[in-house]
Amino acid sequence: MIEVQDLSKRYGDKLAVNHLSFTVEPGTVTGFLGPNGAGKSTTMRLIVGLDHPTAETATIDERRYAELHQPLRVVGALLEAGALHPGRSAHNHLLFLAQTQALPKRRVDEVIDLVGLHDVARERVGGFSLGMRQRMGIAAALLGDPRVLILDEPINGLDPEGILWVRNLLRRLADEGRTVLVSSHLMSEMAQTADNLIVIGRGSLIAQSTMAEFIERNSDQSVIVRAPDAAALRSILIEAGGQVSTGEDGALTVQRLPAARIGDLAAAARLAVHELSPQVASLEDAFMETTHDSLDFDISDRPRLEAELVAAERINGSTR
Amino acid sequence: MSTTLMPASQPTAVPPSAAADFAGELQSEWTKIRSVRSTIWALVALVVVTISFTALFNWLTVSQWAAVTDGQRQAVMLDPTGQILGSGFQFSQLAICVLGVLIVTGEYSSGTIRATLLAVPRRTPVLVAKALVFAALVFVVAEVAAFTSFMIGAAILSSRVEVSLGDSGVLQAILGVGLYAALLGVFAIAIGALPRHTAGAITAIIGFVLVLSPLALLLPGDWGRYVYAYLPTNAGQRITTTIQAPTDLLTAWQGFGVFAAWTIALILVAGYLLKRRDA
Repeated sequence: MIEVQDLSKRYGDKLAVNHLSFTVEPGTVTGFLGPNGAGKSTTMRLIVGLDHPTAETATIDERRYAELHQPLRVVGALLEAGALHPGRSAHNHLLFLAQTQALPKRRVDEVIDLVGLHDVARERVGGFSLGMRQRMGIAAALLGDPRVLILDEPINGLDPEGILWVRNLLRRLADEGRTVLVSSHLMSEMAQTADNLIVIGRGSLIAQSTMAEFIERNSDQSVIVRAPDAAALRSILIEAGGQVSTGEDGALTVQRLPAARIGDLAAAARLAVHELSPQVASLEDAFMETTHDSLDFDISDRPRLEAELVAAERINGSTR
Repeated sequence: MSTTLMPASQPTAVPPSAAADFAGELQSEWTKIRSVRSTIWALVALVVVTISFTALFNWLTVSQWAAVTDGQRQAVMLDPTGQILGSGFQFSQLAICVLGVLIVTGEYSSGTIRATLLAVPRRTPVLVAKALVFAALVFVVAEVAAFTSFMIGAAILSSRVEVSLGDSGVLQAILGVGLYAALLGVFAIAIGALPRHTAGAITAIIGFVLVLSPLALLLPGDWGRYVYAYLPTNAGQRITTTIQAPTDLLTAWQGFGVFAAWTIALILVAGYLLKRRDA
């Protein structure tokens, strides 16, 4: 279990993490979400002691990371996929890590096989693609067979097959009872794997809940209604407390009334209804809605963010 | 691709032992050093440069024997060992400076330091292990270079002055080259760990060893002599000579002690900063 209590980190006059508290339970995949620059990576670096918190601290199974003996056997972390010496081979990178934890050499070969880098294990990582470096980072995280995993954007740079592989891996790690914290700035990535969500913006906690609760609470539920006598239905729905807008094609978008209630109201008024479709807001919408006010960068960055979402959606679509 | 997470092959109970941990640390740093090709090449260059410059300078000395001043002739006659060992190493020691800096700053520029510190969050053992492993490696390589240089240099000088391994102080001076080189390696690691940037650290150490230290000779008066004698590399190089000139303020081992004190002080500062700074 990872416990973060009132954690803060200041860089100069910027408060990167602001009195952040949350817990990550074993046996679940917990998605750590926030826009770029929200403080996700900083929080992860604070948990594993790479950066020193300005105030308070984080614990793993009730101990600070720095106090752990042979920490890679307890916590596996992937923080920067590119953080490898280009002149060193994959095998040697993992070997020097294994040697500090008294792990046998064959464990290095095991994790290399596990992440599918067997054929390039002796090649220098300078020639590796981003996806291969991600796999290297995951191999390093799994090296000590840790019961806690902290992975910063592990899907970045992976091909569709790789993304699917990471998702299955995370699922399996959690099912084995491990604690899995995985960050992303893309909600769509999380939808497939995460059981729980921690959402932060500008270094502060915005939400911690289960995935289902998060969608429930944050999405605007609306219902599209088509009826021959739209005008009559509209006034009935407004009277019943609905918020109704009329589209160009005459379709009504109704908020604050569930679909069943709309159907009942129409039947009571003996009005025909041709379409009644509840619109479940996507996770992405819910996420955008939640973090909208906490975006650290100007809203002019929004088109780029959305373009990224579209790209990610395309990748996700092809792996479903 | 495998989809089952294999159980880790690891001994179930690992008794926490500081000695075993540190042994692992040393192994790990050795793996890092030997697994980067540029390190190997730099050490090969160290040996080649030392030997070729030794041959070149001593050949020049012999062939220009009539042209050089009496004082220079005197110096060679008085301490041929120091002349031989100093001639090549004066240049090749830069390879140790650069390599020592690089094995620290290279970890920062590549980001490997983060992986390292995740594995060893107490941090200071990393610096100590790195310094010890590099010192041992440099000692061995420098001894090979020094011994070979001496044999070649002595053969070249033999027409003017005889010197052999059995002469008083010669073995100590050859051993001294390795000790000086090893300490210089640790000194360079400490310098690299301060700014954590390759360019800054290399400029600092080369400027210091090659420019500032020799220039201190020009400082006037008695305190100038003291400043010169007590500067780290000037003091450290005393151990590579066989004679104690009346002008030398420090004996060979005193000089080595002064250099060691400087190096330990710098390593302590580097260790404190490593512990305190965000990685």
